[in-house]
Order: sequence, then structure tokens, then C-alpha cells
Amino acid sequence: MNRGEDRTPALGSVSPALEQRLQELWEGEGGLKGVLSTVDHKKIGLRYIVTAFVFLLLGGIEALIMRLQLAGPDLRLLGPEQYDQLFSTHGMTMIFLYAGPVLSGFSNYLWPLMLGTRDMAFPRVNALSYWIYLAAGIFVYVGFLGGNGPNDGWFNYVPYANRDYSPGMGEDFYALGMVLLGTSTTLGAANFIVTAMRTRAPGMSINRVPILLWGTLTANVANLLVVPAVSLAFFLLWMDRQFGTHFFDVRAGGQPLLWQHLFWIFGHPWVYAIVLPAMAFVSDGLPVFCRRPLVGYPLVALSTVATMILGFGVWVHHMFATGLPALGMSFFSAASIAIVVPSAVAVFSWLATIWHGRPVVTTAFMFFASTIILFVLGGVSGFMTASVPVDWQLTDTYFVVAHLHYVLIGINVFPVVGALYFWFPKMTGRLLDERLGRWNFWLMFIGFNVGFLPMHLTGLLGMPRRVYTYGPDMGWNTLNLVTSIGAFILAVGIVLLLVNVLKSRRGGAPAGANPWDAHTLEWSIPSPPPPYNFAVIPAVASRHPLWEGYLDEELRSSLDRGLLLDQAKESLGTSPLDALPDMILRMPEDTVAPFVLTIGLGVLFAGLIAKSWGLALVGGIVLTAALVVWLWPRRELREREAVRG
Amino acid sequence: MSGQTPLGYLAAAGERAQAIVPLTWFVLSVSILVCVVIAVLLWVALRRGRASAEAVEIRAVAVGRAPHALRWIGVGLALSAVPLVVTLVWTMVTLAATAGPPPDVGLVLDVTGHQWWWEVHYDAARPDQGFTTANELHIPVNTRVLVRLRGADVIHSFWVPKLAGKTDTIPGQTNLAWLQASVPGRYLGQCTEYCGWQHAHMALEVVAESPQNFQRWRAAQLQPAEQPLGETEQRGRRLVEFRCGLCHEVRGTLAASRVGPDLTHLKSRRLIGAGVLPNTAGALSGWIEAAQGIKPGCQMPNQSLTAQQLADVVAYLETLQ
Repeated sequence: MNRGEDRTPALGSVSPALEQRLQELWEGEGGLKGVLSTVDHKKIGLRYIVTAFVFLLLGGIEALIMRLQLAGPDLRLLGPEQYDQLFSTHGMTMIFLYAGPVLSGFSNYLWPLMLGTRDMAFPRVNALSYWIYLAAGIFVYVGFLGGNGPNDGWFNYVPYANRDYSPGMGEDFYALGMVLLGTSTTLGAANFIVTAMRTRAPGMSINRVPILLWGTLTANVANLLVVPAVSLAFFLLWMDRQFGTHFFDVRAGGQPLLWQHLFWIFGHPWVYAIVLPAMAFVSDGLPVFCRRPLVGYPLVALSTVATMILGFGVWVHHMFATGLPALGMSFFSAASIAIVVPSAVAVFSWLATIWHGRPVVTTAFMFFASTIILFVLGGVSGFMTASVPVDWQLTDTYFVVAHLHYVLIGINVFPVVGALYFWFPKMTGRLLDERLGRWNFWLMFIGFNVGFLPMHLTGLLGMPRRVYTYGPDMGWNTLNLVTSIGAFILAVGIVLLLVNVLKSRRGGAPAGANPWDAHTLEWSIPSPPPPYNFAVIPAVASRHPLWEGYLDEELRSSLDRGLLLDQAKESLGTSPLDALPDMILRMPEDTVAPFVLTIGLGVLFAGLIAKSWGLALVGGIVLTAALVVWLWPRRELREREAVRG
Repeated sequence: MSGQTPLGYLAAAGERAQAIVPLTWFVLSVSILVCVVIAVLLWVALRRGRASAEAVEIRAVAVGRAPHALRWIGVGLALSAVPLVVTLVWTMVTLAATAGPPPDVGLVLDVTGHQWWWEVHYDAARPDQGFTTANELHIPVNTRVLVRLRGADVIHSFWVPKLAGKTDTIPGQTNLAWLQASVPGRYLGQCTEYCGWQHAHMALEVVAESPQNFQRWRAAQLQPAEQPLGETEQRGRRLVEFRCGLCHEVRGTLAASRVGPDLTHLKSRRLIGAGVLPNTAGALSGWIEAAQGIKPGCQMPNQSLTAQQLADVVAYLETLQ
């Protein structure tokens, strides 16, 4: 984002000539160079989504293999090392490589369209954070496929993760991969925050933004604060493993609990970071099908933020059995119980929206509506584990496995699939097939609940987590078989989703600009949107720019007439709270610098993992060269004082 | 073993576990009730307003406002607050009652988690009254037992669900837990912090018995191993001293290493291999020859003994009552 010309942009209306001019200014190059150099948030967003789905499938396959092993007692399909790498890689994949990035993908794609702007605040940083995410994913999977996957769970407790107990390179791949991924997440977080604060369409004051802005903004403020903790922890672990430092080495006075604090002080806010944007899909999508604005918008927005603030103070509930003082734990217990309150706001808001609405049942609606009950199921089991004495029994049993899957599948996967049904027409111009969609929904919903509802009972009957097999006389046999069957039904549902996407991408019914008669700005432009998004920058007068006629709003948004900004690749900067026009932003051209920088970074990390300092140096040089080219001062992008008054 | 689900904790057998059961049932019932209520509300909401049958054109349904809907949130939060506050208070009361070690401790144990077995030391005022055993610990009923927990290598978690919740054994620190059994019986325990390859096979048993039986057991455990009379057993003992003695201790013999479980009274225990096999002569032979097949990755190597040697060793081990 750079401040451009000192001029007042002209007002104008949408016209074919204007669209033609903008198309020439904004259209990227074709071919391989275009693929590697694009900074278009829509392409980057779609890449995030596709990549994250690939990881979802990989993590799903890992889960199915484990469910085969656990389908009956004493099965020997997998040995302990294979099982350990599978469950660790499954957790890492789903939590780090799927759940977070898929939401970044949707927000990347949707934010500028919802906010009435032409790109993210920092398009090149956006490209960079995607490339680094991809590099981190490839990095850890190279390790896994080479037999060096993480083998200590995604939580990776020391001392087991220390070299004494985990020799081999699996932990090194994991540690360095997470440092790499942390870079991507942090860059993305900064970009989201500035985009939210500075690029909203004029008039879209902070009380008029879609809930997705609140969800993703809150999540990314949290990421900016907590990701450094886990990056640091992984870096220290790598130092311990490779250079004999003693941060976690008990024999030299290191502290195993230091790891747990650093990890969970990140880990729990991260859980909210990977559900709040998904909850926002429901908050923004459900009202469209209920034909009513979201009930209690200000409360939902505030409770989103409140959840995260409380979420910073609950991490110790992962550590209730570690022997911490009871008085200290009681505060975290209370905070973990209190966090039910902001979560309940969302549930009652959604219920009221359906109750008072006239729901039109579509597949997207079914996914969104089912999220409500799945969220409640995942929420109440979380509330149970918040009580310290109860948690002493529940923790590290399958009860917690059931809980976390209700959270991550119920409040991430279900709303994400709903969001796909909802926004796929915007992304491709084609509707997903509704008939297949029903099968898709019911198979996923039934499979998921058949698989994971009985798992609560498995946990109450004492089955510990992370065991590669179990004896036949524990009372868990039938329950585990049912869970495995459910997991495969869920998998069939996911396959149907893929079939639907592949089939409808070309052959689906044409969607038009606004197939759901929805209310936010992205539905005011063609599907798929042109590279410049909006021919004129819209001026927003309400929370529901496209429903103002229905709702008889006094002020009407101006969608066809607005600021032109057609003299160069430009967008509009606005003030943080009221979104008053502030400056013209000169947007950067496509560039391969982020890609080359990522290559350099990848080579650097390959050098670190191989302890080949020469290779690391080469990577460092490439990285630095890319940075120099990127940051080289350019006249047209120079900074200026904002013109005010 | 008690019941069909040896690790089920909703049927408790000791006061520390029992104190948690009513609270667990309460939060579980509240949770189920909430799910049912929300599911019913959702179902009714879907039925009542639904804009006719399938395939309705969405544009045909006009958008309107939802007046007075905000009270849903107010009423919902007010209703939710009641069980939350009750749970909070009940949690704190239960925490205060169960967290700290009780004042009247009748027995002190030191339990150390190893990859993948449990070392149990019975502490005593006089050192010669203390002894070490493994994977099976005996306690007198109706006595509060303080357990000092340590980790030898990685983090494990000590859990005997019918008697108490979990407490981790963490290298570099000593955690305190306590147990009490109200009913005599055998209670299964299990490591519940992931600790590597054989985390799944790291069980222990707590035998709660009458004070008289406990004292008898304790006195027996204090004795060194008996000197065997038969020639086979004596050959076996020599093999145990020179081979098994690299890792194991049999008090009263040359085998005196403490890397693995103490074998002095091996045959007094019900299970071997931290719960993987029954303690029979056949199982012992199998374990000695092929521990890596039974419990892959465990610290016990496969012993390539001749049939004669194996028979001798097992014959000797069978004398360790």
C-alpha cells in the first residue's frame, strides 16, 4: 500500500469504456510468469483454498488409516512408529496446514470484495505469505514422506521431542517447518489487519462491516501476538536438538513445562483463530437464506472480540494435570467456563435469525445450520473439560478427541464447506449441484456424528489418547468399530464434495452476479469478478448495501457511481473507524520477487535441516537479492504526506 | 478386575475419585440438556418459518426485519449463566477438597514413570524398611496414600481412574498426588501422557487390600529372594545374574542393576511387561525370548537363549515369589 498522487479522484459511473481501461491496467500476464508473479488476492485466495483442501485430504487419508488400525483390538496394521508419525502428521496437517490456511484463503478471496476495494493492502506480501505457506507444507511433507515425520504429536512435548528420545530428523523437519509457517502466518496477519483498517469502501464504518471482517481481524490480531511464542519454542527446540543448548534439557536445569506454556499460550488462541472466521461464515451466510439480517449484530461482533480476549487466558486448561498450584489453575478454570458466554451469544443469535426468518433450505444453509448444533456439542464438552477436577479424569482420553473434532470439524470444516457452497458461484460463476449437495451434506453429517458422538463414551470409559492399539477386554471394541465406520462415511461425503466441485466447475448452472439475493458488496459485481473487482469504488450507507430496498433504509449505498481511480493501478485508502476517504493508494504491479524470495527461504531452510551451511548461504543470498529488488525505491510508489481537509 | 470397563471412572472406588463423580454427572447432564434444548429449538425454528417446500426461488422470499429478536440473546445468556455459576462454585469446592495432599497420610509412595513401566518405591523412616517394586502397587483400604511422582526420562501421567484423576510425572520436578480406596480390589492404571512407542502398553495395577494383608505383603516384599534348592533353578539364577542383572535387580543375588523393573518378587505380581501379559511360565518364556515382538521398541531386548537356558531362567524366575 503506497500513497500516490496528490489529486482528488473524479466521480463517475460504471461504463464499458471504464471497464475496458481498468481491465488493461489490472489484468495480469498469462503463462508461467503470470502464475508465479500474480499478486491478485482472488488468485491467491483460491490457491490458499485449494492447497488447504489438498492438505485436508492428506490428513483425512492419515486419519482413515489410523481408524483401520483402531477398528478392533490388538490389530497390527501399523507398528507404533508408523502410528505415531501418522497421528502427529494428521494433527499437524489439519491444524496448521488446513484449518488456518483455508480460512485465510476465504478471507483473502472475500475481504476486498466484501469491503469494496480492489486488493489487499499489501498484495505482494499476500503473495509472499501464500508461497511461504506452500513451502512450509512441502517442507514438512518431504520429511514425512521420507520417513521423517513428526512423531511426538502436534503438541510436541519435550523431553520426548529432545534428541535423546527422538533421534532422527522428524522433529527437526517439524520444528523448522513451523518456524517457516509462522513467518507466513505473521505476514498474513499484518496484511489482514491493515487491510481491515485502511481499505474499506467509503462509508463502511466499523459498525457496517460483515462479521467475517470481525472474525478474521480478531483471529489475525491474535496470531500476530501469539505466533511468535510458538515460533520461538520451535526454534529453541531446534537449537537444543542441533546445537546442545539447554532450554528444555532437564539435566542442565531446563524446563519441560516451559515448552508447554510457550506452546499453549499460542495453541489455545490459535483454536479460536481457526474457528472465529468460520463462525463468521455462518453469521454472514445464514441470514441470507433466512431472509433476515443477523440478529444482534453488535453483540455478535463484540462477542467475537471478547472470545479472543478471554481466549488469551485459558491456555492452562491444557495443563491441569501437570501439577500446577490449585489456586493458579482456578483462574484458568473460571476463564474457561466464562468463555461459554460469548460463544452462547453467537448460538442464540443464529437461532433467533432462523426462528424469526423464513429459511430457504439450500445445501449451504444446511451446512451453516448444522454448525449450530455441532458447535453446541463441541462447546459443552469444552465446558466440561474447563472444570479442573472433571478434567483430571477427562483429559488425555478419547473424550477430548471427540471434543476437539466437534470443534475442528463442526466449527471449521462444516462452515467451510457451507462457505464453499455459498461463495463457489462467486468464485467460478457456476453453482454447485444441489442434488449432489444434499448427499454430500447428509453423508458428512451422519458420518461425522456416527464417528464422533460415540467417541465421547469411549473416553468416559477410559480409553487414553494416542495409543496405537488397545486390549480386547476394555469395553471399547464396539465403540471403536462404530467410530471407524463413521469416519469412512464422512470420507465418502468429502469425496462427493470433490466430485461436485469438479463437475460443477465447468458444467454447473450459471450463477449470475447474485444467485442468493445476498446483501454484501461481493454480490454486486460479476461472477467471477474482474481483476479490478469494482469499476468504481462503491460508497456504503448501511450494513446491508444490497438489501436497502427490502429494508427501507433511509440512506442508500451508491454502487454504480463512485470514485473512478482509473489512471493507474489504484485503490482507495480510508480512515480506520469511519472509513472516510483518505488517500489514493498506488497498487503494485505483478512481480516474481515474493516467489524468488520464497525459493531463497526454502533453500535456506533446506540448508539448515541438512546442516549444509553453504546451501544455507546460497539461500540467504537469493533471499536478500529478492528483498533488494522488492524494496528498491520506485518513483511512482513513493510515500507522500496524506492530503487532509 | 472390577467391571467390564476397567478404566471407566464414572464408577469410582475411592474418595478422591468419588468426589469428582457427582460434579462430572452434573456437567454431563447440563451438557446433554443444553444439546437437546438447542436441537429442539433449531428443529422448531426450521419447521415454523420454512418458506414452503424444496426448490423455492430465493428471490421470491422477501427480506424483512426481525423485531424483538434480540431478547433471544438476553434470555439465552441469562439461562446459561445459572449452570455456569453453579459449575464454577462446585468446581472450586471440589478442587479445594481434592487438589492438595490430605493432612492424614497413612502411606507414602514414590512412583517414577519410565519408558514404558512404573517404578514404585515404598518409603519408610528406616531405610531397611523401604523397598522397590514395579507396575503393581499395594495399598491398604481406607488409607490415604500420598504419591510422589517423578519422571525418569520423558513425561508420563499417572492415572488410576477408579481412585483418582491424572497427575503427570515430569522430569525435573516432583508432583504430588493422592489415592484412597474404599473398596478392596484390583484397580487398573494407565499412562495417559503420550510418551513414545509403547505408551499404549504402560499399565499398572493398584491392589487395595485389608491392612493385615497389606502388612503381610509388605513384609514379604522386604525379604530378599530365596536361595533356590534345585540344580535347574541354580543354573537359572546364574544366568539371571550375568545376563538379566545388566538391567534388573534381584535382591540377595548379584543381579543389582536398576535400569529395569525389580524382579525380587516377580511372581507376586499378576502381570508382566507393564500389563501386556499374564504372569505365567509360558508368557514369561515368550517375553524373554521375544519382548520386541510383543512390545516393539521396549527397552527389553530379545534374549537369544538356548531352549535349555530359557527353561533354567524361567524355572528360577518362578521361584521369585
